[in-house]
Amino acid sequence: MALRAEHEIHTRRKGRNVGVGLMLGGFVLLIMVLTFVKITQTDFARSPGTTTPAAGTAGGTD
Amino acid sequence: MSDIANTPAREYEAQLGDYFALLKPRVMQLVVFTALVGMLAAPVSVHPVIGFASILFVAIGAGASGALNMWWDADIDAVMKRTVKRPIPAGKVQPGEALALGVALSGMAVMMLALSANLLAAGMLLFTILFYAVFYTMWLKRATPQNIVIGGAAGAFPPVIGWIIATGSFSVEAWLMFALIFMWTPPHFWALALFMRSDYDDANVPMLTVTHGRPATRRHILAYTALLFVLAIGTGFTAIGGYVYLAFAVVLNVMFLLGAYRIWQRDEVMAEADNYAVERKFFRLSLFYLFLHFGAILIEATLRPYGLGGW
Repeated sequence: MALRAEHEIHTRRKGRNVGVGLMLGGFVLLIMVLTFVKITQTDFARSPGTTTPAAGTAGGTD
Repeated sequence: MSDIANTPAREYEAQLGDYFALLKPRVMQLVVFTALVGMLAAPVSVHPVIGFASILFVAIGAGASGALNMWWDADIDAVMKRTVKRPIPAGKVQPGEALALGVALSGMAVMMLALSANLLAAGMLLFTILFYAVFYTMWLKRATPQNIVIGGAAGAFPPVIGWIIATGSFSVEAWLMFALIFMWTPPHFWALALFMRSDYDDANVPMLTVTHGRPATRRHILAYTALLFVLAIGTGFTAIGGYVYLAFAVVLNVMFLLGAYRIWQRDEVMAEADNYAVERKFFRLSLFYLFLHFGAILIEATLRPYGLGGW
């Protein structure tokens, strides 16, 4: 017997699942771009453990 | 054979929008805006991608604390008109789901902020979430009429976090932005408590209107607004201020103080006669008040690179 067409519960959950899928996809994309920016901003010639000024430790006013 | 067909479906299955409502999107707007202003007003520029991601994680963290608040407060939300349609009292989302969402998103937001910005910003976000969800929601709110005063600090931290995202450190200017929101919160909520008359009484939340009465609340609104007047104008003379900010601050604070004075002059008979028109107007003005102050700080920060902003 062939699998039946969509049950009503599938229809109701479809919107939610698509939404969660899109959010997860967006999150993965954000991490990729963030990683790219972090890597290109990091000066690997400097000794390990030091941070770049742009990462945020410089410039405090107090 | 699939057993889905025989599974009794719940009367209502939560949709994505119901989970989103748990994150208090309107509060998130304010958090995003003030954190963004805090970040852009700082003297260190941030890469747009890092800035976007960091503000997003701050917003998610704030939303997560909202979900934890709704999980804990479901009992009082169910008896207050203003909150009865929230997802848990409306039966759209189960309390356990809200707790799981709140805890999971809190952890994710703090870890991701540590990676995208720095550890201090992540630590401040964690502190803010705990301050709001545990210190305010679970303890202060039901324990003291000063709930709004101390709890207001939770909503005041975002610009400080924004500043730390950029600089990695605290500064006087960041705490001035904190103080603006901190001092603004009590008059904003007490005005709401005046015209949402029976809500807090019904829920047994010890708001000032319930514990000390309405005349005392009116006096408190005036006192806090007067202090806010001095603070907001004074901020105009610091590094984040300037001519534009000062012009906004003078106009807004005169209007706000005038509104508070009118509230103080009235009694319940007068207020009921016009259905709390003055109190409602003051509440609406309070929303613009904060947005415009931070908008002015943003304008100053935007003009600064062109040698126009600041003093």
